[in-house]
Amino acid sequence: MVEELGKTTEGDLVINVGPQHPATHGVLHLVITLNGETIKNVEPHLGYIHRSIEKMSESLTYRQFIYVTSRMDYLSAHINNHACALCVEKGLQVEVPERAQVIRVIMDELTRIASHELWWGAMAMDLGALTPFFYAFRERETINEIMEETCGARLTMNYMVPGGVLQDLHPDFQRKVKEFIQLYKRKIHEYDELVTGNIIFQNRMKGVGYLSPEDAISYGCSGPVTRGSGVSSDIRKRYPYEIYDKLEFDEILETGCDSFARYLVRIREMEQSVRIIEQLIDNIPEGDFQAKTKAVLKLPKGEFYQRVETARGELGVYIVSEGGTTPYRIKYRSPGFSNLSVLNKIATGSKLGDLVAMMGTLDLVIPDIDR
Amino acid sequence: MFLKDYIKEVYGAVKSLVVGMRRTGYYFTHHKEIITEQYPDNRDTLKLADRFKGEVVMPHNENNEHRCTGCTACELACPNGTIKVITRFDITPEGKKKKAIDKLVYHLELCTMCNLCVTACPSDAIKMAQTFEHSVYDRNKLTKILNNPGSKIMEGVE
Repeated sequence: MVEELGKTTEGDLVINVGPQHPATHGVLHLVITLNGETIKNVEPHLGYIHRSIEKMSESLTYRQFIYVTSRMDYLSAHINNHACALCVEKGLQVEVPERAQVIRVIMDELTRIASHELWWGAMAMDLGALTPFFYAFRERETINEIMEETCGARLTMNYMVPGGVLQDLHPDFQRKVKEFIQLYKRKIHEYDELVTGNIIFQNRMKGVGYLSPEDAISYGCSGPVTRGSGVSSDIRKRYPYEIYDKLEFDEILETGCDSFARYLVRIREMEQSVRIIEQLIDNIPEGDFQAKTKAVLKLPKGEFYQRVETARGELGVYIVSEGGTTPYRIKYRSPGFSNLSVLNKIATGSKLGDLVAMMGTLDLVIPDIDR
Repeated sequence: MFLKDYIKEVYGAVKSLVVGMRRTGYYFTHHKEIITEQYPDNRDTLKLADRFKGEVVMPHNENNEHRCTGCTACELACPNGTIKVITRFDITPEGKKKKAIDKLVYHLELCTMCNLCVTACPSDAIKMAQTFEHSVYDRNKLTKILNNPGSKIMEGVE
């Protein structure tokens, strides 16, 4: 607090938003220096939900540590688990059966849609529109039911294990996913009618929160935040993992560099995810859903790194192994941390009322930032 | 020219609001599609998915027999120390010592329902139940002993 006050000049006002504030989507603490209504400086304070997941992972075996990562970015829990499973497989040199790969990709894309739908509802709520939240949850509920049926949980699934997936698909899975795709295509135009085309919404999004491509790169942003600035950063295209290189989908790029561009990227990304699921849902190959692995997993001595594209950006998992049953060190490179760091850059100079809208377009999940 | 743009802008703005309001009006008059569930009232008919991970249970048959051999695979697989297997040695009629479980202690308050213990079990002794209303006033009640008192191992399970 004291050093922030030191920077201020006479007439400035320092206010605290959070750590308990509904607009920050979690326990994030922002110290905002204001001159009138104009933002001079935003300083995020972190650590309120730090659970030392990286340290915890060091005492767990390679099968056990995966479940913890569901609690990092809980909206894309599947993709976090996927990254860890891929990294362990890289060390074990295990060939994952094709069926497991297809199941994993379908689950990832379903998670991405669910995550973006929640973001869309929360984004509209940040701008003061309450109803879109319920429209978004209507479709998201369908995905959660699919997850519940196959994985046994709605949010923290722990479905990916080294070598494949934990259980085989539920017999109803394909039918349910096809029903969801039908429902999605029937309802997606409502999103545009309610929010995207709305004049009030557009006025509050266009030209607000300008992030230049150079800044997006130098701050280490990833995911839809960079793609809204026209920087290609999709890990699924750049560094393909699993079967993404065989699939047809577009990397969404918008050149608006403002809040509205980042909004459009996410809306159009959902359509691409549906496109991926449509390609795969009828072509799930028969076979094993899990490769044969040893009862006790031991990674050879060395360092392993794997990155995946979560709903928020690039997640990296870095494992240092000493050859034992537990990792020597684990580091997660989470997308939210870098995306939050750009907030000061895009918010400085704009009005206080737009701050929450800008934070909304960064799509922050606080447990992902603090870990 | 300026006036033309102005009118165009106002027209577009009004149109976008009308489009949005029409969608809201549609759902206001067509409220057949109900997706919410009246939870505490529908308890009798509420059916969760078969794989739903609620808590770990140990099924017993009608003779009060379970399938647990006391191999502690579940205890080793658990990331949180949720399961503690306490074993004892029984004397078989032939006079040999045989390992059996005395108590399988399950701490529900530590459990994250990750399903690793169930997949680790070699003899299918434990499974996930679909119960989910776990709240109690005393946390000691969440520490459960999974095997019934006086239960023994099923014939033929090694």
